[in-house]
Amino acid sequence: MPRRKKRKEIFALGNEAVVEGALLAGCSFYGGYPITPSSEIMEIMAARLPMTGDGVFMQMEDEIASMGAIVGASLAGRKVMTATSGPGFSLMQENLGYAIMAEAPLVLVNVMRGGPSTGLPTSPAQADVQQARWGTHGDHPIIVLSASDVQECLDMTITAFNMAEKYRTPVILLLDEVTAHTREKIEVPNEGEFEVFSRTVPSMPPEWYKPYEETVRGVPPMPPLGAGYRFHVTGLTHDRNGFPTQRPEEIVELLERIHRKIDQFFYDIQLVDEVQTTDADVVVIAYGSVARSAELAVHQARLNGVRAGLLKLKTLFPYPRRHTEKILGHARTLVVPEMNMGQMSREVKRVNMGRASVRTINRVDGQIVTPSEILKVIMQG
Amino acid sequence: MKPQELDRFEIRFSGLGGQGIITLGKIMGQGLALGHGYNVTQTQSYGPEARGGSSKCDLVISSGRISYPKAESLDLLVALSQEACNAYYPYLKPGGALVIETELVGQQPTNRFLGLPFTALARDKVGVAQAMNTVVLGALSFLLPFVQQAIMRKTLETVLPAKIRAVNVKAFNLGHRLAKKEWGDDAGEVWRVEEGFGDD
Amino acid sequence: MNGLTGNDVIHQYLRHNKKFPHVLCPGCGHGIVLGTLIRSIHALSIPKDDIVVVAGIGCSGRLAVYVDFNTVHTTHGRALTFATGIKMANPKLKVIALMGDGDALSIGGNHLIHAARRNIGVTALVLNNSIYGMTGGQSSPATPEGATTMTNPYGQLDKAFDTVELARGAGANYVARGTVFHVKKLEKIMIEALGRPGFSLVEAITPCHTQYGRKNKFKTPVDMYQWLKKSAIDVERYEELADDKREGRLPIGVFFRRDRNGYEERYYAMKEALTGKGAKGGRK
Repeated sequence: MPRRKKRKEIFALGNEAVVEGALLAGCSFYGGYPITPSSEIMEIMAARLPMTGDGVFMQMEDEIASMGAIVGASLAGRKVMTATSGPGFSLMQENLGYAIMAEAPLVLVNVMRGGPSTGLPTSPAQADVQQARWGTHGDHPIIVLSASDVQECLDMTITAFNMAEKYRTPVILLLDEVTAHTREKIEVPNEGEFEVFSRTVPSMPPEWYKPYEETVRGVPPMPPLGAGYRFHVTGLTHDRNGFPTQRPEEIVELLERIHRKIDQFFYDIQLVDEVQTTDADVVVIAYGSVARSAELAVHQARLNGVRAGLLKLKTLFPYPRRHTEKILGHARTLVVPEMNMGQMSREVKRVNMGRASVRTINRVDGQIVTPSEILKVIMQG
Repeated sequence: MKPQELDRFEIRFSGLGGQGIITLGKIMGQGLALGHGYNVTQTQSYGPEARGGSSKCDLVISSGRISYPKAESLDLLVALSQEACNAYYPYLKPGGALVIETELVGQQPTNRFLGLPFTALARDKVGVAQAMNTVVLGALSFLLPFVQQAIMRKTLETVLPAKIRAVNVKAFNLGHRLAKKEWGDDAGEVWRVEEGFGDD
Repeated sequence: MNGLTGNDVIHQYLRHNKKFPHVLCPGCGHGIVLGTLIRSIHALSIPKDDIVVVAGIGCSGRLAVYVDFNTVHTTHGRALTFATGIKMANPKLKVIALMGDGDALSIGGNHLIHAARRNIGVTALVLNNSIYGMTGGQSSPATPEGATTMTNPYGQLDKAFDTVELARGAGANYVARGTVFHVKKLEKIMIEALGRPGFSLVEAITPCHTQYGRKNKFKTPVDMYQWLKKSAIDVERYEELADDKREGRLPIGVFFRRDRNGYEERYYAMKEALTGKGAKGGRK
């Protein structure tokens, strides 16, 4: 067997790792607007993209325009991305909904900071979890991922692009300021060591092509604009041809399909890491940088004789229900630490349905939840 | 040389915006991570001011995996302003070391500290006041028993653009030399692990 | 022109699998603008596959669905942002943004300014009917001072936006105005706009009798076309009029032409220079 090629090691910020991941995944278009604490992503893209292949970097006039530009570029066949933070994320909701409706793949990185409004620009928070799920109007499916350390920033960005392309949908990657602004040593994988998925393009002749046709996977193939398939894209509820419709059966078909194409692949989409959960009485459910505090707390609890475990959520939505169900088979207590007033704990409680006792730890003071705070709650059982 | 085993060694660099605190932490972190092979997390916090506000940068260094990335209980506090010294001294572990900029920290919270007039040294001996952070880096490369001076200097040279490289190497060497002279050979003894100790 | 004339030309550019009739009211000028656009594209022999029509929201936004090009019906006011992304992603495409006056000048005003400032290689058509038609006749930034609308029942207090001066100040390469009464002239303008580099803006004045005319002393749609006929004047002649004679006149024609490179041309030239592939700046 050939020896594995040594991976390049870099000492990088979480935000830098996002760019590395995006470029490895084939991102060739970035449209954005500066905002703390996400700006490094944009700055590095501005330096890197013009130097790579057909890479395009655009600073747009605001976050609304950023989303418009990347959705346009996505329709034109590019793998696209933008990055922002809370206030900008709010402005992006309009065209995020459009991308869901038009089924345009894209990756949106939101480095969360404290809110509401301008809030705490340079302090960490995890306050946009429910905005990521329900920020844009109307019933809609969404994939929301997160990363808790710098290596994961790279890995999960690649995953985000792959899911966006595979399911023809926007994917949101939620980071927090701690993860985005931590520098760590990471390995950059070599080409061929990771999967790169690109959207399926139609193989049928243009006259047979229906852009929003029902398929087994629920994901119709998608040609780039200008490739001979002249079709209509709209944010209006549309039929299989992409033309606006108000016929009840066509409305239902569309909405059911865009939900089903995500829901039925839950086993592929819902990603978690489990640390010592198999025999755990107390399980901490955490994500982002807080999962790192939780990991240390769980380790210390074990040293103190408590059977503690960690369920680290790498996918936030669709919520990893089956992993939680499995843990509910033996855990007495679930601890949900978050840098918000309790956003993910709503999901946990919804799945828990009163079986275990759910303890929340919430901080909204711009500080990370510390290992000792979590340990204290674990030790209370 | 095999690196010394470390289990969560925590350093905090603190002072004013514009002193190059984050650059200092970044270079030291990179040298330890890529040059020495440790696991390192470097985090930072800062106010909205680009200059003159408070600035803080933490390093956690470990031979094993680092879970919690921020410093909680400091092995080394580097305070380059009075305000920073006051704010973070309580986080210093018993037995941890305090390094201060002697002209900017007039009121020391303890008699057990190591100090040098870093800013004056950079200004007068190197000729560039902005190289103060590199003087600190040189001094710490002497102080910390697990840091190899040559590797850290190499990192510095790799990271910096060509036109400011020479002046910074000068500042680095000055810091190292003066720390050795002023602080003495056994300054970092508190952290040294005896040869053969550990599980290698 | 390929041996086809009149309606036969139009017919071959329509989508025949799309359910007609269209959404437009009797007397609406939007169909004339769309017909003019089709004839202009036909005259320039641009392949259908190379055309991307990007539309906003409103009556004008609905036009895209009827034509057999690549068509993208976007969100309200954002057509130019999508158009910018498409043009930058694939500069070979001929990108046309179809917008209404509320769409382009109110909710999309910032995007219009910046598309013009970048001088992105997009042809913008602003179909100005002085009103929000689809939502039921509310004031737009192009509603004339004193006019009555659903949201200004006592008369519009502010002045209508001067689209031409806005685009000039922001940095567009080409700005022209036409009306749906002066169809030949509008077609000439559109053909020129579609063939130019950088950002071109064509304002087409198109009457909305249903939502604007009826409430502003135009008894029938025909009265509105009569008004266009009476008030329109070539911009060259308008410039010669004394100030007191300009009142109530509508200058039409080409206001200015510039030859700056489009943003996409400048970007890809920079890219070439950076990566050393045939490192040449500027336009070919």
